Amino acid sequence: MLSSQIKSNEIVFGSCNKDLLEEIIFYGIGLGADFVEIFIENTDNSSVLAEEDFITSVSPSFGRGAGIRIFKGKKDGFVSTNDLTKHGLMRSVSQAIEMLDITDNKREVFNGLNKHRDYSLYKKKWINEVPSINEISEKLLVSTKSLKKNNKILTRKGSYSRNLQEVIIASSDGTYVSDIRLHQTVGLNVIASDAQYRSSGSRRFGSSGMPNEFRLWDHEKAANDVFESSMNMLYADYVDAGQMPVILANKFGGVIFHEACGHLLETTQIERGTTPFENKLNEKIAHESVTAIDEGISEGSFGSLSVDDEGMEPEKSVLIKDGILKKFISDRAGELRTGHKRTGSGRRQNYSFAAASRMRNTYIANGEHSKEDLISSISEGLYCKSMGGGSVGATGQFNFAVEEGYLIKNGKLTSPVKGATLIGEAKEVMPKISMCGNDLELAPGFCGSISGSVNVTVGQPHIKVDSITVGGR
Amino acid sequence: MNSKEITTQISKAADFLNLKKWDYGASFSNDYSVQVDKGEAKQLKASQKQILTIRVWNQSNLVGITTTSDISESGIKKALKQANIASDFGNKNETTEFSPLANDPIKVKEVKKRNPVGIKKLLTVLREAEVKLLESHESIKSVPYNGLSESFFERVYANSEGAFRSYSKSQAALYLYARAEEKNKKPRSSGSVKLGYGADDIDIESCIKEASNKTISHLNYSSIKTDKYLICFSPESFLTIINAFSSMFNARSIIDGVSLSNKNSIGEKLSTEALNIYDDGLHEKNISSTPFDGEGTPTKRLCLIKRGRIENFIHSESTARIFKTTPTGHAGLGSKVSVSPDWIVVEKSDENFDLKTSLDHSTYEGEFVYIEELNAIHAGVRASQGSFSLPFDGWLYKNGKKISIESATVAGDIKYLLKNIVNIESSQEVTTSGISPHIWVDELSITGDA
Repeated sequence: MLSSQIKSNEIVFGSCNKDLLEEIIFYGIGLGADFVEIFIENTDNSSVLAEEDFITSVSPSFGRGAGIRIFKGKKDGFVSTNDLTKHGLMRSVSQAIEMLDITDNKREVFNGLNKHRDYSLYKKKWINEVPSINEISEKLLVSTKSLKKNNKILTRKGSYSRNLQEVIIASSDGTYVSDIRLHQTVGLNVIASDAQYRSSGSRRFGSSGMPNEFRLWDHEKAANDVFESSMNMLYADYVDAGQMPVILANKFGGVIFHEACGHLLETTQIERGTTPFENKLNEKIAHESVTAIDEGISEGSFGSLSVDDEGMEPEKSVLIKDGILKKFISDRAGELRTGHKRTGSGRRQNYSFAAASRMRNTYIANGEHSKEDLISSISEGLYCKSMGGGSVGATGQFNFAVEEGYLIKNGKLTSPVKGATLIGEAKEVMPKISMCGNDLELAPGFCGSISGSVNVTVGQPHIKVDSITVGGR
Repeated sequence: MNSKEITTQISKAADFLNLKKWDYGASFSNDYSVQVDKGEAKQLKASQKQILTIRVWNQSNLVGITTTSDISESGIKKALKQANIASDFGNKNETTEFSPLANDPIKVKEVKKRNPVGIKKLLTVLREAEVKLLESHESIKSVPYNGLSESFFERVYANSEGAFRSYSKSQAALYLYARAEEKNKKPRSSGSVKLGYGADDIDIESCIKEASNKTISHLNYSSIKTDKYLICFSPESFLTIINAFSSMFNARSIIDGVSLSNKNSIGEKLSTEALNIYDDGLHEKNISSTPFDGEGTPTKRLCLIKRGRIENFIHSESTARIFKTTPTGHAGLGSKVSVSPDWIVVEKSDENFDLKTSLDHSTYEGEFVYIEELNAIHAGVRASQGSFSLPFDGWLYKNGKKISIESATVAGDIKYLLKNIVNIESSQEVTTSGISPHIWVDELSITGDA
């Protein structure tokens, strides 16, 4: 008796919490909410850092919390708390209701939660299948050792992080799901130095839902890539600034589409009135060679999900088809405020953020050209082999650092150049993507935005942009 | 559980696990924020957060750490156990100890902690601010990014040798980012951020005025020709650059080989003798100040550059021991302790030396580029290499006219920039990240579309 009382008064992971969740939702609806959503998480994370030939940091963390969102009309109140008791959750509901100043007598109907949909059934064993700290440390040290290929390598680092997130999502439309998400990421980076010259090289790899993936990671290949990149760039000259055609390499080259165009196709941008594409559905916004997709279903990809943070299974959304805008990326609030149907893209960093429309695995689809076709079509331009980070301003202008770049002269790659930045606006650049290669590959990354930092995949084949501003010296 | 109870719980659980040496840092916060959209409430948020980071030393004096938001009795026990396991992987080559200053007295600024004004008042104030901003100019069509928040924190540090510090404070923030549109022109956007100890302390009118003026001033824009220019950095943009390259003064970065400085760089001449730079977390204008760092070391004012030469590095306990000095109050609390500056103060020294004092941003009539704000710092700065290539908002002053610059970047090298400072204006301005005068630099590259 005592044990069942305790269970009914606090969320317990791995148990049935239906009665308690229903009681809380009934409470919110009874107080006048149009809609009540409860997101509860339990996390178990760890990270390891190897520098030179030593492990210098092992950082485990764990925690739990709940985010409660109440809608009234088109506005919403969101309260987050670490208190998962019935009292704590009820108090959060009351606080959200009070914030929204709900006073009308209109009451929505709540018919109870649907049958529990448990996406975590086969995932519960993951925590026992992921590599141990010992195993991770050994492999990281082998990796950093592999980076020591000559005496120009000044620093060597390898980092690993693993995030295991158990979630329960319940809402007044009957949604009642639970899931376990596993993300692992590993990165290598070096700084090379010779007299006054300095360069760096880095690569990051990541997966979702694949406990064995780190064991399969080809650290030798990764170390060779990072080393070669740093050596190629060590004596590179600064690029001359100007307007020129560029070729963006596959994999992480897709970060430009993600940042410069993808964000403008999220309904949060329509809500703010900050996307130039708001009224362009079924209109041409890009060159006809461009088809772009956002999906959450590619097995093992860093941005994949079984279910989004609002309890909806992710769909494959064709955003742009042959240059024509076909769809926006939408979440619950986006559907409510803009009318664009949800796409299973409601995502958040953790319980302390309200979900928002966010990208998952976002990429430009394969075209018909080879990489060589693209390069040989340019008499003078820039090949961006590896991209650094970037950002997009409030009016859509973007800039991206080129980590590893090469000049193109007369259809051939020539000398490496550093210090290049690509500058432009999505609306102007998208029509200039005139050729897409046939070598689509994806790369993992983290995307920071309104609902925090979430795991995503970017990707593309090699693409050619006819003209873009390249910042340099 | 309050901070005293947490200390007692940790002490008990540590005894049970036979852990003789431990410390912890905890933070507790309650935050409230509102956003509006054309007069209507959009999202109202409240959050209650608690974070506990525990470090333990095992019998080989190696450190392990765990962070948790579960501050229950069982959560604390689990955290200690995990930290103990992690200590098996502690760094044998660089040990960590308690800060020797963890019991020294701390200076707490005499600022009254404000009481919450409540969500309803926050909402009313933000709605009014949005309306005023929209009414300030016919071209301002929306305020897409806006928010008013108030936060209440408590920070605690304690260790097994009896050190115990706690500090509580309140802080409020208002940001207004407006978007202006005119026919046949690109939309232009700019904004303003203001901080205060409480929502009632924020200068709302000046935030509205600043957001409006900045946005409108960018309506008449033009591309700039790629070339080298005489640049005037606003206080905010110069502080952005100094913070981005603060690894030059960071002992952790020096040890890790990712700084442009080395252990022998104290005394190295970086700039004109007229330049002084301090880190002063306790400055009276720093709303975000805390009186101690993650290791419990008191925060203090530290000179980083004196008369153009590197004077000091910022340290944690372990870097200070390696450099044979004392911690400076700039440490975090981690498995590998990070070091970062608090609040940068830039000033002109008491002599002009070689400065071209005729360069004044409000009176100079020659051609120059004024950089108001630098963007995309995380993407465009290579701190370990000293280079930067950054988009910016600013104006070209030419022939007595001021034209907003469309989509351009400024690129260079931090050491070149510091060496090419040609004037430091006398008057300092307070920003959200520090204090600085306007700084003039000659011959920096700008890439534009023209």
